Amino acid sequence: MNHIVSPVTAKIQKDAVTLLDEHIVEIVSDSGEGAQTAGQIFGQASAMMGNGVWTVEIIPAEIEPPSRSVPGASGNRIRVGARALHNAGDKADVVIGFNEQVLYSRIDQGAFKKGTHIFLENKWENDPREDVRNTYNEALTDLRERGYKVTGVPMEACCLEYVRDARRGKNIWVLGLLCRLYNRDKDLMRKMITRRFQAKGEKVLNSNLQLFESGFSWARSNLTQTWRIPPRRDDRPHVVMNGNQALAMGCMAAGMEICSMYPITPATSVSHYLAANFKKVGGFVHQAEDEIAAIGFAIGASYAGKTAVTITSGPGLALKTEFIGLAVMAEVPLVIVDVQRGGPSTGLPTKVEQSDLLAVLHGSPGDAPKIVLAPSTIEECFHFMITARRLAEEFRGPVFVLSDANLATGVQPFPRPRLSEDQLSPPIDQSDWDPDVAPYNWDSESGLSRRPIPGQRGGAYVLTGLGHDRHSKVVYESGTNQKTIAMRSKKLAALQRTLKPPTIFGDDTGDLLVVGWGSTRGAVEEAVTRLRKQGRKISSVNLQFLSPLQPGLTEMFRRFKKVMTIEINYSDKKDDPAFAGARRPAQLAMLLRARTLIDIDFWSRVPGSPLQPGILVDVLKHRMDEMRGATC
Amino acid sequence: MLGLKTDWVLEPEPRDYALADYEGCQAKWCPGCGDHSVLNAVQRLCRDERLPPEQTVFVSGIGCSSRFPHYMKTYGFHGLHGRALPVASGIRARRPDLNIFVATGDGDCCSIGTAHWIHALRYNMKMVVMMFDNNIYGLTKKQTSPTTRRGRRTNTHPDGAFLSPMNPITVSLGVPNASFIAQTVDWNPPHLYATLREAFHHPGFAFVRVMQRCPHFTGDNFELFQTDPSKILLMTHPDGVPVDDALIRTFTTRVEHDPADRMNAFNHAMREDVLPIGLFYRDEEAEHYDSYTREGLDTTPAEKVEAMDKLLDLYCV
Repeated sequence: MNHIVSPVTAKIQKDAVTLLDEHIVEIVSDSGEGAQTAGQIFGQASAMMGNGVWTVEIIPAEIEPPSRSVPGASGNRIRVGARALHNAGDKADVVIGFNEQVLYSRIDQGAFKKGTHIFLENKWENDPREDVRNTYNEALTDLRERGYKVTGVPMEACCLEYVRDARRGKNIWVLGLLCRLYNRDKDLMRKMITRRFQAKGEKVLNSNLQLFESGFSWARSNLTQTWRIPPRRDDRPHVVMNGNQALAMGCMAAGMEICSMYPITPATSVSHYLAANFKKVGGFVHQAEDEIAAIGFAIGASYAGKTAVTITSGPGLALKTEFIGLAVMAEVPLVIVDVQRGGPSTGLPTKVEQSDLLAVLHGSPGDAPKIVLAPSTIEECFHFMITARRLAEEFRGPVFVLSDANLATGVQPFPRPRLSEDQLSPPIDQSDWDPDVAPYNWDSESGLSRRPIPGQRGGAYVLTGLGHDRHSKVVYESGTNQKTIAMRSKKLAALQRTLKPPTIFGDDTGDLLVVGWGSTRGAVEEAVTRLRKQGRKISSVNLQFLSPLQPGLTEMFRRFKKVMTIEINYSDKKDDPAFAGARRPAQLAMLLRARTLIDIDFWSRVPGSPLQPGILVDVLKHRMDEMRGATC
Repeated sequence: MLGLKTDWVLEPEPRDYALADYEGCQAKWCPGCGDHSVLNAVQRLCRDERLPPEQTVFVSGIGCSSRFPHYMKTYGFHGLHGRALPVASGIRARRPDLNIFVATGDGDCCSIGTAHWIHALRYNMKMVVMMFDNNIYGLTKKQTSPTTRRGRRTNTHPDGAFLSPMNPITVSLGVPNASFIAQTVDWNPPHLYATLREAFHHPGFAFVRVMQRCPHFTGDNFELFQTDPSKILLMTHPDGVPVDDALIRTFTTRVEHDPADRMNAFNHAMREDVLPIGLFYRDEEAEHYDSYTREGLDTTPAEKVEAMDKLLDLYCV
């Protein structure tokens, strides 16, 4: 399978094209060398050609970390397939490395396998600095010993024919190489490069097009064997975007008028897309002085009848806690997006984790029931914003959308959403309010009530975070808190009655049911598919509602011999004697165990990267073998 | 939900209001508390300005004075400690039609809410902010506040407050884009009313520090100024808080101060021998953040969908 041949033999071999089901490509460089741009264009072009695509960014925490350093790795992983893809996959098939050091960051993440093709910038072998030459040569030996197929590529040398600073051109040169290697539509890619660079002037655009052609020709002369990944069959129009762009588009489609935020990774880019486009739909992005003010501003806008969203991540969520409690207590509709990152504290700002679930559910002092949704795909990031806005208004309180760093930067094509006016928030009601109707006229069954909005004559009331009765009057009488908290709790019960049980992926009975939430869905379902092909009786389910939980879970779980969760948060390892008898569960497992009284098992890790389906296959196989051992 | 009806509501004749139209719950402040007098002045102002109660919102934080909204019969938002200003700014953002008043105290505004206070001054969104300054935490029972004078014995500093107090006026004057900074006292209703009236007519963020008596915990605080009005420095100017003959007769120590003169405002604000009252600074040309936040209010649903369709086209493959 060695398609990479030396330039000499290339000339005497005939070009061959191999059809592939899928491939994973990584482009890894120092920060600032543009690997991300190249990856984005390659992924988008592949999507436009009809392939299934999932792209994730490889992001260092610093803006410009030292060059040629392991933690400085920056770039993109692009998984391209002949079918729809919902996760970043296992080990890379092809890696383009701008230097050898950044590759070690990926090796550390378990991103490569024996046989991974590495196309490595070879300028380092002639570097004037002896230590650089030495580390390069040592790495070359080491990489080959690890079983990778390394090909030196004269990126710098080729680029210098067209640009003075090759650091500003290699990415597009590499795009040319990839275009040839994967038989991508060359005209399409030229168009995309044009779109990307035309604003920077003709000179810049032309040199980039030359770089692209140069990379393409180098590949044509030096790599005889190329690959083709056939398109999938889906004639519906599609859009390609990442999860944060989808959240931003969802905000607009939901008719939000205010996005009130404070910059925090990895949530901020939602507000970048909004800031660039919100004006077109009459909306406004408020960058507040801090996280607390951001949610306070949104709550003020919402109190005044205007739909508002606040967007944050873990540390910001912690700061917003008091206001979240107020929104629950005083029943102010509000959508709160939490793009989760690694924690606790400042944690891993750019890395994925699902560690905020329990903080969101139980992080407020006092009893503060709230609605929590978790999108599992980029498409859901869009649609859940509309659902969240509606639920916030209907159920008069805060609604959380729990995304994560994996969805935030994951790029995926999905069917173009249909927009309509009835997805937008309704205009504010300024008609007279019947003064006999209390501002918290709780329905005794559902706890629901309509709220007066400032401007409505007859509706004047004083919203308060103090314990209050249906007239919003402060009360201290015994029993009031019991009654009014029950009213707010009834709203969740009422919502739950309207929900359907979640859909099982696979059979609805079997040996093992894997339960997940959020962005792990793609990897879990892929692992389950592979195991089912091996004859295992395994299914999975993804929970989109985490509060209230969808109905029917207990009955569903009982139809399986064993139920376990897969999550990207911390739990004590099963076989570590240090935790014997005191093993702390993963967060969803903790929740489900409490709510279903079923002995739900769990496997969770905090690797700072999305879960690979291959690793899950091993984990699940192992757990199933243990079960078999137990029953035998 | 019904549509926006205000556009076609016909008021056959302007409504007239009585004080009772603004009187909410019975105020539960201590007897002799200066808050009562501010409440009276504000209710008179609302009546005189004919503010429709449904178009008027009182926002507050937490503390004695933050109970204010409960004692009005308008819309109110009694929120979190220190956080009145972000909420009020959010209300203002898309509702240019509402009259917004904020009640906050020296602990609420100058301690836990300091960041919001500084930034709200800079946002300069139209609202009247009444900062009730009694130099003490009242509701939580006599703890040192940022404006407690040095040496005062409190429950948190039984041997006397360690540090010199913060001066909310000089702090406010130092914030770029601040546009209206005034000081008055609760025990002189005419000056209090005149100051609040000026603040109400200011097109931006009007910050009024009201020196407020707390008979329970800091009864001696303003005694000197009450018994000897010559210790009060009345700032006068045609562009300042209007003063009538009675005020002139009461306050014999006076200075002509042009509220356009920021540097001189600092000089007056920093005086410790007298208590200055009146308008320190006014700038009606300062930028208003609300002129940006309300952009696009008239966008129709059809225009929104059309614009979003175009945006989605950019992501199409």
